[in-house]
Amino acid sequence: MSQPRPRPAASRASRGRRAAAAALACALLPGCVGTSRQTGLNPNGPQAESIFNLWTFYWVTATAVFVAVMAALALALLRARRRGAVDTSEAGEGRARRWVLGATGVTLAILVVSLVASYLTGRAYAITPEAGRPLQISVIGHQWWWEAQYSDSVHSRSLTTANEIHIPVGRTVVLKMTSTDVIHSFWVPNLAGKKDLIPGYGTTMWLRADRAGVYRGQCAEFCGMQHANMSFLVIADPPGEFARWYEGQLADAMPPADTSASTGKNVFMNHGCVLCHTIRGTDAGSRVGPDLTHVASRRTLAAATIPNNRGWLGGWVMDPQGIKPGTRMPPNDMRADELQALLTYLQSLR
Amino acid sequence: MRVGGMKVRRSADRTTCTRLLCVVTVALSLAASACQREERRFREVPPSATPGSLVNVSGGFVPGPPQSEVVARTPYLDNAWAVSEGESLYNQMNCVGCHFHGGGGIGPPLMDREWIYGSQPENIYQTIEEGRPNGMPAWGARLSSDQIWKITAYVMSMSGQLKKDIAPGRQDHMQGKKQEQGTEVKPPVPYGGQPPSTVFP
Repeated sequence: MSQPRPRPAASRASRGRRAAAAALACALLPGCVGTSRQTGLNPNGPQAESIFNLWTFYWVTATAVFVAVMAALALALLRARRRGAVDTSEAGEGRARRWVLGATGVTLAILVVSLVASYLTGRAYAITPEAGRPLQISVIGHQWWWEAQYSDSVHSRSLTTANEIHIPVGRTVVLKMTSTDVIHSFWVPNLAGKKDLIPGYGTTMWLRADRAGVYRGQCAEFCGMQHANMSFLVIADPPGEFARWYEGQLADAMPPADTSASTGKNVFMNHGCVLCHTIRGTDAGSRVGPDLTHVASRRTLAAATIPNNRGWLGGWVMDPQGIKPGTRMPPNDMRADELQALLTYLQSLR
Repeated sequence: MRVGGMKVRRSADRTTCTRLLCVVTVALSLAASACQREERRFREVPPSATPGSLVNVSGGFVPGPPQSEVVARTPYLDNAWAVSEGESLYNQMNCVGCHFHGGGGIGPPLMDREWIYGSQPENIYQTIEEGRPNGMPAWGARLSSDQIWKITAYVMSMSGQLKKDIAPGRQDHMQGKKQEQGTEVKPPVPYGGQPPSTVFP
């Protein structure tokens, strides 16, 4: 290894510039919070609110303690320089003892208050509110995508979708979660904390969105090759819009409108697609991959990895391993005209 | 002079050290390149350029003497990751529905090595690709050749034909080979070995 070259001493001007940049970054940081989609610092529901409050409390306390300790250190150094020798008299020892005892007491008090705050947050977080009929959604983790099943007491009104979970604003949503392969973790920082999805075991969490919006979430437990690209969207709609979306999703897939789409449907049925995907209203009914009955109505493809448009969809069908290496979707081999027809068909599934 | 001598010795020390470091680095990189058990090749079939199956699949009745079989070995037989991919395909494609976990039921068992249509890898490949009479469907039109090879590798692991460190060893279901862990299977004993009078007093 070569020796590190000695760094040229920073000139006063460059040091000043660096300090200015740091100050600017600090000033801009809160600005990011309002605009970025996925952050715990912009809570939009009671769960995220309680976590945010706890975080703020800890942050303010820790900052105050840090400032106080640094101030005490600076004061001690200045006084020692002014006074010279260490005060070893009886009175000096007594004063030092009182300071240490006082500081220990304050530390202990802060720790106890933090403990109580953490406990109260956890309690508020765990108890599902009784009021109102909650919406129940089963979330099933797969390597590397999310299945969402909306259950209804009338079976024909239950529906399955993937990677895009719509919820009504203001209504409590209870998520029953499990996994089919390895442990995943459901995390939408703007709405709630994390909860693991465990194979062969059900976990439950609740959340509520108080403002309409699109909240990005992702898997928070390492689950293999494409863990980093196992994301999803939670879309909080006003109740009317949610009901409209629900009715739309309940419907079977639209039959192909023209010859190109009907050729595309045949391509779907005669290639590998049909082995893994469901399109309700057709013969395709496999549950290995995401339900594609209304795939064109979704905003993203491949677990919120790529935008849902014709180009990306074509790339995803032909070469998914180039986009998400290791994904369970195999590369498909089809002629150009077959691919175009298939894309036309898939894009008609609104 | 003394100072100069020390300098020389120190630089000699450093050369030895560098040489040792080189040897270790080369040895480690060699060891890493030899690690093929877990090698993961994701883009096995380049998109829209499938070379077709390596196996000479039969196209119905062909006149003349029987053609010699093409012997195709697949690298997947030595790759644990490919075998586990084959296992998930085996479950997802519902091979389980007829063959169960190798014990057989609707379809023939897969835990032994004596098979109706041959038990070589290429025979298994061909069986999956083309299907067989009396119920085995043809998967060639829908599964890519690398997927079929992966299933082949997993199917061969059921009868213990793969190396022990390659084959999946921690399943809960009945297996043809010895369990990696767990208790030995014992023949059933009436009433669990207890005298009937203690079971039905």
